[in-house]
Amino acid sequence: MAVIRDTIPAFELFQPTSLEDALALKRRYGKASWAYAGGLDSLDWFKDRIKRPDAVIDLSGVAELRGIRDVDDGVEIGAMSTLTDVETHAGIQSDFGLLSDAASKVATPQIRNQGTLGGNVSQDTRCSYYRGGWPCYRAGGNICYADTPTSINREHALFEADRCVAVNPSDTAPALIALDAKFVIQGTGGEKVVDAEDYFITPSTDITRMTILEPGDILTSIRIPGTWKGAQFYFEKVRDRQAWDFALVSVSSAMKISGGKIEDIRIVMNAVGPRPLRLHDVERQLKGQSATEDVGAAAGELATLGNRPLQHNAYKIPLMRNLVKRAIRGLEV
Amino acid sequence: MANGKLFGTNYSPPDLVAKMTGKAKYAEDFRAEGMLMAKLLMSPMPHARVRNIDTRAAEAMEGVHAILTADDLPETDNLVGSDRALTMEPMYQGEPILAVAAVDEQTAANAIEAIRVDYEPLPFVINPLDSLRPGGPNARVGGNTVKDRKDVVEIKWTAQDFAEAGEEMPMGQPEEEFELGDIAKGFEEADLVLDETLYHQSQSHHPLESRSCMAYWQNDKLYIHVSTQSAQRTAPGVARQVGIDPTQVVLIAEYCGGGFGSKIGGTVNMAIAALLSKKAGRPVMHRVTRSEENAYGRARPGFQGRIKVGFKADGRITAFDMYLIQDNGAYGRSGDFTSASRCVSLNYTPLNMRFRGISILTNTPTRAAQRAPGGVQITAMVEPVIDKAAKELNLDRIEIRKINAPDNDTVYGSNQHNVTSAYVRETLDKAAEMVNWEEFKQQSGRTNGSKVTGVGVALSSYVAGSRGFDGLMVIKPDGNLYVHQGIGNLGTHSTFDTARVACDLLDIPWENTVVVWGNTGKHLPHSSVQAGSQTTHAHTRANLAAATALKKNLQEIAAKELGGSPDSYDVSGGRVHRKGNRASGMTLAHAAERAIELGAKYDGHEVAEDINEWTKTAAAGLAGQGAMGAAKDNYGGEGDLWSFVVGVAKVEVDRETGAVAIQHYTAVCDTGSVMNPRGLKAQILGGSVQGFGLARSQKWVYDPKWGVPFTQRLYNAKPPSILDVPLEMEGAAIEIPDPQNPLGAKGIGEAPFGAGVAAVLCAIQDAIGEFDLKRSPMMTDLIINQLENQAQPYKVLETDV
Repeated sequence: MAVIRDTIPAFELFQPTSLEDALALKRRYGKASWAYAGGLDSLDWFKDRIKRPDAVIDLSGVAELRGIRDVDDGVEIGAMSTLTDVETHAGIQSDFGLLSDAASKVATPQIRNQGTLGGNVSQDTRCSYYRGGWPCYRAGGNICYADTPTSINREHALFEADRCVAVNPSDTAPALIALDAKFVIQGTGGEKVVDAEDYFITPSTDITRMTILEPGDILTSIRIPGTWKGAQFYFEKVRDRQAWDFALVSVSSAMKISGGKIEDIRIVMNAVGPRPLRLHDVERQLKGQSATEDVGAAAGELATLGNRPLQHNAYKIPLMRNLVKRAIRGLEV
Repeated sequence: MANGKLFGTNYSPPDLVAKMTGKAKYAEDFRAEGMLMAKLLMSPMPHARVRNIDTRAAEAMEGVHAILTADDLPETDNLVGSDRALTMEPMYQGEPILAVAAVDEQTAANAIEAIRVDYEPLPFVINPLDSLRPGGPNARVGGNTVKDRKDVVEIKWTAQDFAEAGEEMPMGQPEEEFELGDIAKGFEEADLVLDETLYHQSQSHHPLESRSCMAYWQNDKLYIHVSTQSAQRTAPGVARQVGIDPTQVVLIAEYCGGGFGSKIGGTVNMAIAALLSKKAGRPVMHRVTRSEENAYGRARPGFQGRIKVGFKADGRITAFDMYLIQDNGAYGRSGDFTSASRCVSLNYTPLNMRFRGISILTNTPTRAAQRAPGGVQITAMVEPVIDKAAKELNLDRIEIRKINAPDNDTVYGSNQHNVTSAYVRETLDKAAEMVNWEEFKQQSGRTNGSKVTGVGVALSSYVAGSRGFDGLMVIKPDGNLYVHQGIGNLGTHSTFDTARVACDLLDIPWENTVVVWGNTGKHLPHSSVQAGSQTTHAHTRANLAAATALKKNLQEIAAKELGGSPDSYDVSGGRVHRKGNRASGMTLAHAAERAIELGAKYDGHEVAEDINEWTKTAAAGLAGQGAMGAAKDNYGGEGDLWSFVVGVAKVEVDRETGAVAIQHYTAVCDTGSVMNPRGLKAQILGGSVQGFGLARSQKWVYDPKWGVPFTQRLYNAKPPSILDVPLEMEGAAIEIPDPQNPLGAKGIGEAPFGAGVAAVLCAIQDAIGEFDLKRSPMMTDLIINQLENQAQPYKVLETDV
């Protein structure tokens, strides 16, 4: 069978208007179904004829999945809210600016108008080999083309690689982990609420997936508790060009300062591993310390311990170290 | 001589509203009754022989109308170097093997998936140096280079060549070579010698409009809608590819969404829609996607280079020794590497110079000219070396360029041609004045937290015109002037700009002028290709010649009717009148009627002998419609046309993240008289932005083990975005007329690109201080590695990473 790309094969399109109907469709088609949010990731797969679902379930007509609501001390964001909605929401901007900042750095205005928060956190990896349809581990094969002495792997992982060396490309996912968000999932087992951190998986759990979503599941909303409301936030994404580009490395942090000392902190890197990498050791080390350049530099050193660079991505080590330092130092200068 | 009423002023070209509102129809926007859609089967391997194709299952599918293979292409006297629309021996991953026409793209794609192709994989090579090693793979069966455009031959360097070079570029037997003066003596006289091994990547053209094409046949005539830079000059190429006579081709190409050299005479895939349409008996549309555009579109050849330069203490270059290995792709020999030698010879006027070069075939897309071919690569490679010398010699960076700059008396290149004009020192001075250089350069090394500022200057040059083409125009009895333009509408506006020369000479308002363009059914004259920055120079002259012929005809018509000598008449205010008495004489509308009555040369039934056959045919088609002017540009001239650009950039580099922000850019050009100030700015600033991409983010990447590219989509090729463009951008011209064009104008499309790349590279180098990267683009990873004293992941001579 000859290979051809760039032409979407036929599929059955469903446009449910309720979550119940969407879930029923997921149940009916199981692995042959595809939940379609903004389409930025999905259409790439479809047009390359690599992922070929029988049933595409377009979630854009499900009103329950949209909207940003104040809940208790925090906010609940429907998974189908666009990244622009998230970026421009006044409450998120004032209380959880880390998320609006991260959302504002995604791709381009057009993509943010179309792309959704649920889609952004659930997107697949951008490894060129995997996206190119190579029969790699992640695609069900038994080799990683990106991890050989001649591979092109500048954008790949420093940490948590296991056969596959691809990274999570999301900008909003690490910000949500830093904000201790909860992801609400509806599926075969009813409603499930998980910590943002636990939504993402490594190849050792399942090499073919980036998240815990099972074929029958739909991510319905993301709840941000008041815990980190108004904390000191830092987001920085380093990329090759300033629009329409994924992170080479990003840092998201939330920090509470009290009496000149770091009372509490959450700090998460992305694009360095198969899931957003929360720096637990760094967080522990930083508590009770002052948020200074030196403390930041030491934290950066600790953050990069245990890295395993590939042929082309060792630059991510100092980059990560420096981004941690900048997050602690705080001011983007 | 034109009076310059319109020449040199801003205006809205007649295609502007259509473009801005989306009403302009590009090749892909056309539809015809019963139109089929084509899709291609492209090679999955970088080099293979197709042993067998089984299309039975595809042909049996409902809605599949025709399948085209290389066997269906007309026999041509193709030189071995040229690629064709389809092949049975694909020489790069993505080269088209067959095409299917079906009722829709879905069906065509499904049909392709049902086709079985049996491939015999063949050896392949991506890095030219690998092919030059003893026993290294060849890109083609029989060799790794094309000799005399007709033979594939094998060249291998010796193991000793490689061993002696160590980490530097080996320099074995070259294919091309010349020496001016005595290079050894030049180095003896030098106070400083720099010897650098450098790399410039290959690069896709990335036109916004891909090379889509639609074709249908009526009464044995081929009607073809294509994406092409040129118009009249594309038609013969279509005829050749399809195997028909040029008179059978009606080519429609009113708009082109960019080509940058990749569509000069149209595109190789034009044959696919045309021949599929013939086979299927129905119109066929071939839409080309972005990744396909970058797969079987064209690319700029990359260079691996060794540059050794000797400087006197005052900065004067005593010796310039350059050796370039050109990454040629698998087909026709690119001229980039020899053009690069001309740019060096001209930009730096070295007292002694040697050029050596070799062009090696690789299994990567077909190469073609790309905006300043050879010029961009060599400017990006050499300008940072000039800065390095300036630093070592403690010289000002503008002064070191001035001391080596050419002028009107310069002769350059292997054949020691002269130039029509070169006001490079004036251009450098104007750039210095515009940015207030003495103050501007003080910003170098200034820090702001983790950020450090760098400034850079670069000089770039490229060819800027040609001569000897035809103009064709008619004043009809409606009183309007119809200027027929055979050049393409590439988006530079020269299609319209150069017509205004005729308005000035004949004193006809722009509102009474109709430019006829973009359709060979509309009688277009023989023209230059819309490439190499030729049209501004070539067609201001051609239209001036035709307008002059038309004026003479009008004077004679008036004299015949009203008496007196033709010389006693003038043309202005819409009339042919007695000199000094505008109320006398006759209207142009009346003169057009008289021309038709008089026939002969007056209405185009007779034309000058020296005009091209194409123009004669076009004139014959227009004969009898009014007063005609048809003439060849016989203004002559001596020397080559070049324009020059000086770019000045300021960047801020974050030493912690490797992020680079371009904060200011000024481009000043020597392009003669300015024809369209707004258009000029679009050219020089647009070209600069293209350069920023090559300096910073735009990549060409291959997996070397599998020979497969990874940068065929815009999101992974990373041309610059609007957020990568500085808010402060200035553009200006020195406006010294070229002495050999009656209108004083030279072209300016090419040269801004190289200045944009090099000024930014120099500024980054300046910001970082001791910078020794030797390759571009200077991306975040390379900058961080450099700043952190970490080993780079690849050596200078590694390509396509």
